[in-house]
Formats: sequence, C-alpha cells, structure tokens
Amino acid sequence: MEDVPFKIADRTFQSRLIVGTGKYPSHAIMKQCHEASGTELVTVAVRRLDLSAKGEAALLHWIDRSKITLLPNTAGCYTAEEAIRTCYLAEELGLTKWVKLEVLGDPKTLFPDVEETLAAARTLVQRGFTVLPYTSDDPVAAKKLEDLGCAAVMPLAAPIGSGLGIRNPHNIQLILEAAKVPIIVDAGVGTASDVAIAMELGCDGVLMNTAIAGAKESVRMAAAMKKAIEAGREAFLAGRIPRKAYGSASSPIEGLVQ
Amino acid sequence: MTPWNMTDIPSMMSQMIEVTVNGESLSIPKGTTVLALLERLNVRSQQVAVEVNTELVKKARHSEHQLRVGDQIEIVTFVGGG
Repeated sequence: MEDVPFKIADRTFQSRLIVGTGKYPSHAIMKQCHEASGTELVTVAVRRLDLSAKGEAALLHWIDRSKITLLPNTAGCYTAEEAIRTCYLAEELGLTKWVKLEVLGDPKTLFPDVEETLAAARTLVQRGFTVLPYTSDDPVAAKKLEDLGCAAVMPLAAPIGSGLGIRNPHNIQLILEAAKVPIIVDAGVGTASDVAIAMELGCDGVLMNTAIAGAKESVRMAAAMKKAIEAGREAFLAGRIPRKAYGSASSPIEGLVQ
Repeated sequence: MTPWNMTDIPSMMSQMIEVTVNGESLSIPKGTTVLALLERLNVRSQQVAVEVNTELVKKARHSEHQLRVGDQIEIVTFVGGG
C-alpha cells in the first residue's frame, strides 16, 4: 500500500510522532529528545508564571520553532469552561489556534470526561480553533468528536503516564475503521513495541511524553520511538500475514533427502 | 512577593490598591496598568498571557488596561507538559 502524508487540518508533517515537553531531567535533554525523535509537533502546558523564579530559562527557548509546531494542551482542566479559557490563554501565548483538548474526569485514572470534552470541542471548533481532543478508546465518542469538526481524534492507549500500552487494540481498530480524520494514539504507551502496535493497527500517529521523558536514557528512547513509528507504519502498509492456528512450513515439503 | 518596599514611598500609601496576582495579594499604585505591573514584576510582556477577573487582556491592551481594587490577575506562561 502506498503511504499517504500525515496531514492534520492544513498542515502536513513528515514525522508521525508527537512528543511532550514535560518531566524531562532538563530542558537540554528535552531538546535532544525532540531532535532524536524527529518530531515536528510538541505539546506544551499553560500554567501560572512562577513569580519567585529568577533567571529560569523559558521553555520556548528550548524549542526550535522553525522545525517544531507548538500544540498547547488543556491538561489539568476538569470542565469545558476551564479548557476553553485555557485555549484562549494558549492562543495569546503561542499565536496558535491549534490545541490538544484534554478535559479530565477522574484524578486517579486521568480518564477523560467525554461529555465535557464534547462540549468544549463544539465551542472551540465554532470559534475557529483546530481541535485535537484526547478521548477514551470509545468508537462512539471518537465519531462524535469527528462529526463536531475536530481535526484529529486522539484515543488513549492506557491511562496517561501509565506505560501500560494498548489495552484495547480492538477498540482502536473500530475507531480507525470509521474515521475520516487522523487517529492519533495519545497516552499510555510505555516502550517502542507499544508504538509499533499502534502504527501496525493503522493509526496515523502517536503522542507520548512520559515514555520518553521517564526512560533511563531519554534520548535513546526518543530514537527508539522514531524507529518504532517507522517500522510500525511500514508493517501496516506492507500488510501483515493472517494469524493461523497451526504451523505452515516455510521450506519445501518435497525433495527431502531419503 | 511585593517587588518594592512600601515604606520607601509613604506619600503613595493613600493611593495604593490591593490586587491578587497568581493567588498572592499585592499592593500597587492606583492607576497601574497591566504593562506597568509586568514591568514591576520583571516579567516580559511577550512571554506571558494575562487574565484579569478571568477575562483575557490581550498584549495590545496591556498598556491601557488599568487595574482596580480587588482585581484577580493571572499571569501564565508555557511550561512543559504532555
């Protein structure tokens, strides 16, 4: 199968890997991770400025915006209202109308509040934002978000930061079958094989933060994730063999020495 | 938190107003604009977004928007996140 470009709204990306900017050992390591991952789209959060901090280098100083597009998030918001307010702050800060919409419903699992997510998405799309919502791996919710005009839909693999990998590949597959916008697995991947599985299923991309930032060697993991994205995508395009219950010899059965 | 010592400027005491900045109370001279507040706090206007009473005050209006008694001011920036 021939590959198609990874296009979200009006933007085409060479890399199908979206990376976060949180929890790295340092800004310098974050920058190296972004380079090693090949990412062209990174998430950032909006928070109160620490007025007591002196001389701390701004995050944006460590992001090469000639190569990397910012995707501000609404992480930590629990209502549509908070999320919408955050999007306007992000627009003011980053001069972008792109947003990763995240409205949480439970502080323990960090699962999304789909009802609030849908409400926020409806308003934000109407107000001209390019909305990429984090959502559950529910095909009905994913379709509703697409129908509201979201530029992509981002179902979770597992809870944020859990590293549990794709808990329900069947649901992801159902979401993919029905989708007309890019489907990006967001949250829950732990290592390269999780990413490869997402891409083998046919996902358009994967978004991760902790899996890279929290690895013992973050930069090496970032490079591994890049390869996993590419390998998984190639395998998806190549078309895997069907699973069989019994063996099927690779070598000829005839001509064995007697 | 207060970026200047109020005892140095007793003549202004009667014209000071209380506002809240990122959850901390602060006395500022009456008539202080958003831009003047940011300058007092050593914050570059380009690196932040400012809300007053949950309403966004865009950069173009920082120099004209005057703060009032009891205003709740939020100064935010981008930080690392996923």
